Amino acid sequence: MKIQHRQTERHVLTITVDNEAGILAKIAGLFTARGYNIDSLTVADITEDHAVSRITIVTNGPPPVIDQIIAQLERLIPVHKVTDLSEIGPHLERELALVKVAGDENTCTEARNVAEASNARVIDSSPGILIVELTDTPDRIDNFIGLMRDRGLVEVGRTGIVGMTRGAESA
Amino acid sequence: MAEKSGAAILCDCLVRQGVEFVFGYPGGAVLPIYDELFSDNRIRHILVRHEAGAAHAAEGYARSTGKPGVVLVTSGPGATNAITGIADAFMDSIPLVVITGQVATNLIGTDAFQEADTIGLTRHCTKHNYLVKDPADLAATIEEAFEIATTGRPGPVVIDIPKNVQVASANGDQAPQRPKRYNPQVAAPEHDIVRAVEMLAEASRPVLYTGGGIINSGARATELLRELQALTGAPVTSTLMGLGAFPSDHPDWLGMLGMHGTYEANMAMNQCDLMVCIGARFDDRVTGRLDAFSPESKKIHIDIDRASINKVVHVDLPLIGDCAHVLDQLVSAWGDRKAADLGEWKARIADWKKRDSLAYPKQSKSGAIMPQRAIERLYELTRDRDPIVSTEVGQHQMWAAQYFGFDKPNRWLTSGGLGTMGYGMPAAIGAQLGNPDRLVIDIAGEASIQMNIQEMGTASQFRLPIKVFILNNEYMGMVRQWQELTYESRYSNSYSDSLPDFVKMAEAYGWKGIRIEDESQLDARIEAMMAHDGPVMVDCQVAQEANCFPMIPSGAAHTEMLLYGDMVAGTMDDEAKALV
Repeated sequence: MKIQHRQTERHVLTITVDNEAGILAKIAGLFTARGYNIDSLTVADITEDHAVSRITIVTNGPPPVIDQIIAQLERLIPVHKVTDLSEIGPHLERELALVKVAGDENTCTEARNVAEASNARVIDSSPGILIVELTDTPDRIDNFIGLMRDRGLVEVGRTGIVGMTRGAESA
Repeated sequence: MAEKSGAAILCDCLVRQGVEFVFGYPGGAVLPIYDELFSDNRIRHILVRHEAGAAHAAEGYARSTGKPGVVLVTSGPGATNAITGIADAFMDSIPLVVITGQVATNLIGTDAFQEADTIGLTRHCTKHNYLVKDPADLAATIEEAFEIATTGRPGPVVIDIPKNVQVASANGDQAPQRPKRYNPQVAAPEHDIVRAVEMLAEASRPVLYTGGGIINSGARATELLRELQALTGAPVTSTLMGLGAFPSDHPDWLGMLGMHGTYEANMAMNQCDLMVCIGARFDDRVTGRLDAFSPESKKIHIDIDRASINKVVHVDLPLIGDCAHVLDQLVSAWGDRKAADLGEWKARIADWKKRDSLAYPKQSKSGAIMPQRAIERLYELTRDRDPIVSTEVGQHQMWAAQYFGFDKPNRWLTSGGLGTMGYGMPAAIGAQLGNPDRLVIDIAGEASIQMNIQEMGTASQFRLPIKVFILNNEYMGMVRQWQELTYESRYSNSYSDSLPDFVKMAEAYGWKGIRIEDESQLDARIEAMMAHDGPVMVDCQVAQEANCFPMIPSGAAHTEMLLYGDMVAGTMDDEAKALV
């Protein structure tokens, strides 16, 4: 007998929740308990009184599983709203990456040029070391990191994405 | 502004919620609450013998009365012992509020004595859970917990209260108002109701597939189901959890469906052109092989939990709302339409019924009582008393579902989703407390009953005249049946060795013990069981080889049922073996 695997698609979900103890564990735990995937997860409170947090989860799964994920999230008492950005259409996604490069002078110069061409910002530099910051779509960050791999890349940190719809309404 | 301890606030809140009974067991981290209960005669504490018993007793109380069950246990092992019952209530949507003690807030996370991460452990088997860190938050938390447990899709809610929060004081006179944040949808949109009625009116082969959601929705839902059925003429089948919502002596009753359901119920599910699922969730025990499940039907699904919609079976029209409310909408929208002519459909069903799928051999090889026969006699001799029946889990549970008739809701208490052996006796205890004048019977197996046998002491202490009717075949019968079907009768660890003498055990606990060894004793000793004004344990020794039929083997379709005598000892391919 072989285990069957199904075709999956990527979805970006934003979830607004009561900012209460254990909520992140509840949401992350829901994904593990029911066998759903998390590609990235970001969370921070977004209201003046710190009472509400916004979580952005990038997940993947077959379309019926995505529907289940949304329904299961909505079932949690502290969850106010779940929005599937991938489903509602035009939306923006941004992620922040920090990339550290080390090498000889040539390598660093080359890395600096690539960074400038990619709209990345050098935020720290010392002889033989360069740290650059790039805020962009996940694809372009992937590309950028790919370019840096041949130019002395030693460390990458990424935030995971936050997303927003383009229309006047809020997610 | 009167200051009160957290423990006193808790007791006041429970009284305000109308709580009659708390099922519990004391321990270090709940001593302040127990000291409060000592002088508070507004709430009756039922001391169980193991915390699993407390949770199941609360479930039995809740299922038989429609009110939430309340549990009180200590931290660490108290909480972990209760978890099986909490998980059981979660699967079967039973409203529980479970109060667990916790080590003092300054000790949390230090591996303190009897510390367990109760919130983490119960996160995925509760509808919601709370750790209360300030007595000022207790009143609002308890109020919300009861609301969450009892409304929407009911379920268990855990409130973990550290010991210092029970001792510390806060203003206890009024619950601070917290904005209402739980608002389940109860009514379905009117245009969907209109569409559902059109589908019902046009169907020539409809079936109503009903579940525990109707029982949870209350007595009104049961009445409305009967009204809708009378208007449409559609035949009715039910899941294990929904038994009692529709009368078992009605001509359009098909019997239970699913793995051990009747031939006519499963064939009707397979051949219908419209399926109306009401408060059920397409469990794997119901659907059989999914790709062969009811291939030609349109499906309407009424459920208060949106996550149940399209979870395993795609439906054409979801109606999200409370069963009673949506049924009321359907009955109103039906108006004075005339029912379609279902003559041809009913004739097909009548043919399936002729197969008599619940037939079984009247004589066993050894001459011992056939267990099905024992249930039939128990039903016939007790039905006038309108009993409440609980069960454990296994063959006896399926036989009880098949051969005991139910015609009213809240009479049938069984562990459906989780399949928890040891559920039945504590559930009977809870049901007897909630229904002191009723006959309450736990139909048990000799293996299951031993899982919470200690609760005999609880029944003795509180003078609860429950009847435990054990079908003793000296095997974990359902395990043995599967081993015959799938593993060439290699009975790996399914023999009930070293059984106690159940009659002597009954006597040791101050119960009456009765043994039934021969069919000629059956009726008289069932009568003797009922005649005794106190708890009774009956050891009914039944045919060891009897199996539970009809049966849809795992991985098979509704049309591939085995009837009695079809089963051959054998083996199965790995795909089938991998299914539970």
